[in-house]
Amino acid sequence: MKNLLRIVFVTMIVVSNQLASAAPKIEHWVTDSGLRVYYVNVPELPILDARLTFAAGSAYDGDKAGLSGMLSGMLDKGAAGLNADQIAEAFESVGAKFSAGSARDMSWINLRTLTLEEQMLSALYIWQKVIEKPDFPDVDFERLKKQALVGLQAEKQNPSSIASKAFYKNLYGDHPYATPKNGTEKTIGTLTTKDLKDFFKKYYVNKNGQLALVGAISKQQAEVIANKISKALLNGGKGEGNKAVAIPEVKPLTEAKTVRIPFPSTQAHVMIGQPGNKRGDKDYFSLYLGNHGLGGSGFTSRLMKEVRVKRGLSYSVYSYFIPMQENGPFMVGLQTKISQTDEAIKVAREVLEKFQKEGPTEEDLKASKLNITGGFPLRTASNDDIIGYIAMIGFYGLPLDYLNTFTDTVENISRDQVVDAFKRRIHLDKMLTVIVGGKAVNEEKATEK
Amino acid sequence: MKQNQNRSLSPVGLFRRSFLIMTMSMFIFSVATAEEVKNKTSKVYETVLENGMKVLVKQDKRAPVAVIQVWYKIGTSYEHEGITGLSHALEHMMFKGTKKHKSGEFEKMVSAIGARNNAFTSQDYTAYYEVLAADQLEAAMEIEADRMRNLVFDPAEFKKEIEVVKEERRWRTDDKPTSLLREQFNAVAFLNSPYRAPVIGWMVDLEGMKLEDAIDWYRKWYTPNNATLVVVGDVDPEKVIAMAKKYFGVYKSNPLPEVKLRTEVEQKGVRNIVLKLPAKLSNLRMGFKTPGMISAKNGKVDKWEPYALEVLANILDGGDSARFAKNLIRGKSIAAGAGAGYYGYGRLPNMMVITGTPAKDIAMSVLKKALLDEIEILKTELVSDSELKRVKAQVIAGEVFERDSIQHMATLLGSLETVGLGHQYMDEYVPGVLAVTAEQIKDVAKKYLIEEHLTVAELIPLPLNESNDKKEAK
Repeated sequence: MKNLLRIVFVTMIVVSNQLASAAPKIEHWVTDSGLRVYYVNVPELPILDARLTFAAGSAYDGDKAGLSGMLSGMLDKGAAGLNADQIAEAFESVGAKFSAGSARDMSWINLRTLTLEEQMLSALYIWQKVIEKPDFPDVDFERLKKQALVGLQAEKQNPSSIASKAFYKNLYGDHPYATPKNGTEKTIGTLTTKDLKDFFKKYYVNKNGQLALVGAISKQQAEVIANKISKALLNGGKGEGNKAVAIPEVKPLTEAKTVRIPFPSTQAHVMIGQPGNKRGDKDYFSLYLGNHGLGGSGFTSRLMKEVRVKRGLSYSVYSYFIPMQENGPFMVGLQTKISQTDEAIKVAREVLEKFQKEGPTEEDLKASKLNITGGFPLRTASNDDIIGYIAMIGFYGLPLDYLNTFTDTVENISRDQVVDAFKRRIHLDKMLTVIVGGKAVNEEKATEK
Repeated sequence: MKQNQNRSLSPVGLFRRSFLIMTMSMFIFSVATAEEVKNKTSKVYETVLENGMKVLVKQDKRAPVAVIQVWYKIGTSYEHEGITGLSHALEHMMFKGTKKHKSGEFEKMVSAIGARNNAFTSQDYTAYYEVLAADQLEAAMEIEADRMRNLVFDPAEFKKEIEVVKEERRWRTDDKPTSLLREQFNAVAFLNSPYRAPVIGWMVDLEGMKLEDAIDWYRKWYTPNNATLVVVGDVDPEKVIAMAKKYFGVYKSNPLPEVKLRTEVEQKGVRNIVLKLPAKLSNLRMGFKTPGMISAKNGKVDKWEPYALEVLANILDGGDSARFAKNLIRGKSIAAGAGAGYYGYGRLPNMMVITGTPAKDIAMSVLKKALLDEIEILKTELVSDSELKRVKAQVIAGEVFERDSIQHMATLLGSLETVGLGHQYMDEYVPGVLAVTAEQIKDVAKKYLIEEHLTVAELIPLPLNESNDKKEAK
């Protein structure tokens, strides 16, 4: 493999064996226009992965729910005078893969290409155009809006989607995280290409962005790419722009609430939870480590043992924290046939309650640590894994040695810290429960709150 | 974020898709280096143990990790009616402990070495795997070897686990309109081929399943001469082979049951079914019977035919510049989604499958006609040079991209070996695709994509609970 690369990149110094050490070496700099860059050299495969992220997810949609996602879908539908067919052709004719999307905090524009000169230059050229001058053609936008409406219909025939939407809506109330990512019939209908252009101009700017580059390119090549992308973002009279205004803090739930949504399914989909934690949270590792044994580790987790293994009540049962810019959800989820709904919820609640009160045993904690630290090399085994981590580290401003210190940090957490974190952060008397499935019963008054 | 904790069926569709994106070759580099690269990167060490177990090892030293998989030639296509889903149910039981490692202990051991583990069942195989730090390989191998022959079947465990499988069926199929459509489509498209049965099994078969059925199935099929061990990662092939001898070599070879041919009877006319379900979206699934790669290997069809079918599927649906996206989703704007997939990598021949969801306010009949028109065009007009070039460029790049995942590499090796194509097929795939001509695509379209061999399934939505609709609209 090394020989191959020497042939392909005669000018490149192949740094081998670096990867044998635990964590990838991240290089970080800021371009003149303020774009933060994160780069990892991985010479083994002739691949470049590039990921440009912005604080421009659905949390920034305001009253135009679905805007962020629609913008992502429109980027490759016309740019610098090229139409959607030509853009698709330009990427795919060199075997490159383009994708763009958005979540609640973040939106992203991704590229994967071979690093052979012809392929890489062609792919980067068109990627740059899409980033610099998207045209947002009206015809394409009207079509995409119709597709989005079909997407909303698809959500409505899926009990799991219905549960998830109801969960976020009830968990976050008037906080931006409550915004339905894919919009609603009403908001999608009113969106215009002007909305896209305004959003693009405001958020797709250097100071609000991060660029992650991973693969068989030299530092010098990475700098050239970063400068080009940074310039592309500057153009169009946008200037350096500003960092997006911070997402407001999430208010905790004030009381327990149960939402029941009837649905003609054979199973009930259950989600129980509350606002959880955020990236860089002081309790992050304690909660992560504790949750591993509660419902985050598959078959060795307590929820799995009690709900599935001992009672056969559900195929999948889990708990997890989704750390976001502000407090993302903590949730316990399962699916079970309608007649067993109450029983399954009871068992899951009991597991959660016991855990919140007593925490893991020393033995459990040791087992979790063994699994997490022993499995650490798996986290950055592929280029795809690495870019996921460095994009996350860059976006949330985590320390560059996050991965290097990861196992030590986990090792050093005591049982007391986990117990303390769960006691302080998980509020058993203020949990949201969403149940989708079964016939309409007497509506509980809580539903309408 | 959600950890994959589910013992899952193999996503056959996904595998097929990703298959395009695979195999060796560096045609884009100079010819002189192509061989060199091949020798360096694609070498698969192959050994057969004395008891008939095959061992495949591939080195990848990018990170200090490895994947170990044990593949068994057993799946739905070996089952008969009345016991559908048995291979998959047995897969669940494989996590319930052995004489040496009691139920629950197994999971603890795997967890303690930092491994991620799971299993998957498809029509043609059942496979078990651990992904772990390379220095922990031996522990995983000991565990896998142990459960090949020493499984304990506890009636109480079975009683609970079969309920889990039923929940899995509800979750995977019964509450998903498009999954139900696919299930019934297969059952109608195939009359006697075992590919007519769902991998998860019909619910009535799960209800009637007995512990004895699982025990019988295990004794018959879980034997070294019916298995392939695959290891990919930062490992020394010689040491892996020695380790395999130590742990798997202790078992004797056992006679295997005869596998009947069950070749699908020839279809003599179009088959149509309609499924009416509470749903919001209509959905269309059409399939033309086609030969598989295996048909070419067995000399039933010319070698180039399956490759031409593979390229044909990618002309229609190989990205955003392919015809379905360009003409139907954009262009005429009549499809919200449209797909084409060649299911050509099984033990038995399957189909070219076309799927579609109409765009808003577009009738299904309009979309159906447009999809079939695209097929007709393939029979009368040659595909353009640029389209052919695009597919080939994607295949070449895709092969490199796929090497980023050792799990993917292991899965390709294991599945190719297990369905009977042989792992060497990985080296034949890219040249096979690159040799396809526009004429050949036209030829296979005319030969195989014909109405006599077509099955059509259409999902017609019935209203969902009205009160629920109101709630959601809020």
